[in-house]
Amino acid sequence: MSSTFDTVANIIAETCDIPRETITPESHAIDDLGIDSLDFLDIAFAIDKAFGIKLPLEQWTQEVNDGKATTEQYFVLKNLAARIDDLVAAKGA
Amino acid sequence: MRLEYFQLIDRIVDLRPAERTIAVEATVPTESTIFEGHFPGHPLMPGVLLGEAMAQTSGWLIIALNRFERMPFLAAIKELKLRSFVQPGQKIALDATLAHDGSGFAMTRARGRVEGKLVCDATLTFRVVEFPNPQMRGHMEALAKVLEFPMGALADG
Repeated sequence: MSSTFDTVANIIAETCDIPRETITPESHAIDDLGIDSLDFLDIAFAIDKAFGIKLPLEQWTQEVNDGKATTEQYFVLKNLAARIDDLVAAKGA
Repeated sequence: MRLEYFQLIDRIVDLRPAERTIAVEATVPTESTIFEGHFPGHPLMPGVLLGEAMAQTSGWLIIALNRFERMPFLAAIKELKLRSFVQPGQKIALDATLAHDGSGFAMTRARGRVEGKLVCDATLTFRVVEFPNPQMRGHMEALAKVLEFPMGALADG
């Protein structure tokens, strides 16, 4: 699995005190790992710092609230890692 | 400082948007019903109010960086340290620095000093959202004038 996923999983494990071995690419950050919105701010902060990006949480939340996207698209970790890779690539473009 | 209105700072003394820093001052009132209970014979500024003072200091910085378009709401105070007693009548010099500008949230580091001595510090997290209504925005703009918010500094940001 990608190093992006590993980095994110390590951040989640450390930030939320969740055993690293329970965090998989298929884990849903909210539904499976029980991460709430406040804890996710700490995760977003660590991801922003680690990858030099700004996770567009507001945009994602709006899309979910408007029914244009599902939480799975952003918060299942393999999908989150893919989004991060896209943001990193866009930054370097 | 008007404790009865939860106004924990008196004046913004320095605002540097480009450097993402702010400095404010606040004088603890000599009399308040708070001190009748906290504590009889040994009045102290409650530590949670020092945390709130740092939150308000940070909040004005975030409002400035968002040019009064968005409102920060306190979400977390981490590592709140209360290093020394703060008593009625003492003047606190508070400052805050933006540590992170996230999407819909911000983090700051803030501290307070009395006579140059560090009395409190913390890392704070805010949700940064649209003003809930025009009335609240109007209130914050009016309060900004009371606090001598340097509107001219926004042009430098």
